[in-house]
Amino acid sequence: MTYPIRSAALAALTLALSTSTAFAQTEINWWHSMGGELGERLEAIAADFNASQSDYVVVPSYRGEYEESMVNTIAAFRAGEQPHLVQVYEVGTGTMMAAKGAVYPVYQLMADHGSNFDPAAFLPVVTGYYTDTEGNMLSMPFNSSTPILYYNKAAFEAAGLDANTPPKTWEEVEQFSQQILDAEAAQCGFTMAYTATWTGTENLSALHNVAYGTLENGFGGLSSELTFNHPIAVRLWEKLAEWQASGIYAYGGPAGGADNAPKFYSGECAMYMNSSASRAGVLANAEGFEVGFGMLPVFGDVAGAPQNSIIGGATLWTLSGHEDAEYDGVAAFLTYLSSPEVQAAWHQATGYLPVTLAAYELSQEQGYYEANPGSDIAIKQINLNPPTENSKGLRYGNMPQIRTVLDEELQAVLNGQKTAQEALDSAVERGNQIVREFEAANQ
Amino acid sequence: MDTKRTVFPSKGLPYLLVAPQLAITLIFFIWPASQAVKSSFERQDPFGLSTQFVGLTHYLRLFQDPLYLTSIGRTALFAVAVTAISMGVALLLAVAVSRVIRTANAYTTMLVWPYAVAPVVAGMLFWFLFNSATGHLAYLLRYFGVVWNANLNGDHAMILVILAASWKQISYNFLFFLAGMQSVPQSLTEAAAIDGAGPLKRFWTIVFPLLSPTTFFLFIVNVNYVMFDTFGIIAATTNGGPNQATNVLVYKVYSDGFIGLNLGSSSAQSVVLMAFVILLTIVQFRYVERRVQY
Repeated sequence: MTYPIRSAALAALTLALSTSTAFAQTEINWWHSMGGELGERLEAIAADFNASQSDYVVVPSYRGEYEESMVNTIAAFRAGEQPHLVQVYEVGTGTMMAAKGAVYPVYQLMADHGSNFDPAAFLPVVTGYYTDTEGNMLSMPFNSSTPILYYNKAAFEAAGLDANTPPKTWEEVEQFSQQILDAEAAQCGFTMAYTATWTGTENLSALHNVAYGTLENGFGGLSSELTFNHPIAVRLWEKLAEWQASGIYAYGGPAGGADNAPKFYSGECAMYMNSSASRAGVLANAEGFEVGFGMLPVFGDVAGAPQNSIIGGATLWTLSGHEDAEYDGVAAFLTYLSSPEVQAAWHQATGYLPVTLAAYELSQEQGYYEANPGSDIAIKQINLNPPTENSKGLRYGNMPQIRTVLDEELQAVLNGQKTAQEALDSAVERGNQIVREFEAANQ
Repeated sequence: MDTKRTVFPSKGLPYLLVAPQLAITLIFFIWPASQAVKSSFERQDPFGLSTQFVGLTHYLRLFQDPLYLTSIGRTALFAVAVTAISMGVALLLAVAVSRVIRTANAYTTMLVWPYAVAPVVAGMLFWFLFNSATGHLAYLLRYFGVVWNANLNGDHAMILVILAASWKQISYNFLFFLAGMQSVPQSLTEAAAIDGAGPLKRFWTIVFPLLSPTTFFLFIVNVNYVMFDTFGIIAATTNGGPNQATNVLVYKVYSDGFIGLNLGSSSAQSVVLMAFVILLTIVQFRYVERRVQY
């Protein structure tokens, strides 16, 4: 090729490319952590949105577990390659919220890019978790869940218990378990996921309306101090050690505890506490027995308990650094995502909470709860009472590290190295170092 | 030692010849390492929006942290155990295979397989075998009266990661030992046999001393392996638990940096780890290598 021909070809090519981009749809990148069946459901939502209009294409991509996709996003941001939307777990909220220049808060995005967005449409306990002290919603609720109690009805019957009455208090959990053990209906009373963290400390504090930390559990500022070594936590952790020794409780590992689910599925443990989002998995795997549902237990002699439980799961965060036209698409997609139909379908398919009131009402109208008894336990539990300062959620940076500390300290209690009080005091001390470190890095 | 010396006619040529190697070392080792050193003196938020210089704060805090100090001791135990087990078993297997005449190749192939397994997969494998709820070996142990629970018993967890890490490294050591043994001249062992030396005597007085360069090399490689490559195994089995019982230095670097997003402290830890390994390698070359016969 000689020179003029080559430049002509180049010009033609450039023209072709520019005209094709003019017609192309704006791409919205959405990074998420929903693997397996949940991932397929999520991709279907994106595909439906893409089919519903022709201006934007939402491209979902799986980036590993919650920790991984958060770290990937941060690395991408540092390299200037961040996606528009990313799904971040609730314990990442503090970190995301503090990253002021990196995040485009949802309330602002919705105001700037013209949607009639109404934060009041969302469940208060869900928005509470992701709203700053001025009442601005920072991220878009998507998949929120809360821990509930699952139980083996066959084991209850075999032990002479009423198969339709789950325990409401820890005293009953102990008594029912003992009865189950005595009748040899199961080898262990109960097992629970996130024993030291989400279930056994965070929700425990919320349900009994005691503070997890100062300054509204960290909502009021980075200088919050952890205070989860309160008598209620000490009481539960002491009981756990005692119950483990007597076979009432079985430990299934730190965090979500990989061994919890098999213990319940196999009939080894008669009760199981885990996220409401585990519902589909529990129903699919619990072979040979019927599953009952109940709320998380509280200590019966504590006035005002149960207050309300707090959520887990994840929300969608918008990252800064993209074109305005792209944010129009993000806003349109978020509006679509929070529509009652999409939310209700997602809620019913997965066991996650309906994040808007309208989706909850729609599910009621559709007769979903009547057809699936127990599927509304989670939403009833988080709506027991209007959330208080102690029960609206938690806001700490480096929260994953704080959770690791709690897991370690509970292990020390269960293997007899420490008393519950010593372990919780030490967890508070180590946790506060982490909180101070985060405060110093985000001043 | 260095008796072979090549004399280059021009001064530039030798530099040109080592230039590619130097460039690779600079780009892939020195530069990232210097970045780690730099960020160990800084405090940065995860997104890199603000950075402050904090001097030696991270290091001072590390060495005042009793958990970090215990982690050093734990790492030493882990390193010694894995190196000893994986080298010992590999040597034993190499001796056994070198005595087999006809099917040696088949055995070699089979013994090398585990090396192709990724550390995380090896970890998962052992996690399944020793899982207190569903593992076959845990079940077997219960039959013999051992209540195996790596979820709560720190010693059990440590044994689990040591076994997984050693199993993974045995193949590599085996291959080198076998090759080393095959290079021992047969005339030597035959002569010893004629003189009336039994197999054990022949091994310890002839074969093993001649294997010393291989052993020395493997020793350094294994220590490096334990220090840097085992985090996948720990991530897949115990996550450093229970109550930090298996939280070795390299896993702590990963969990503080990757999960905790505390880049400054994580960098400081990796610098310390790097210093440890450099120091260890120097000691090995200065004091252990003297006993090696080339």
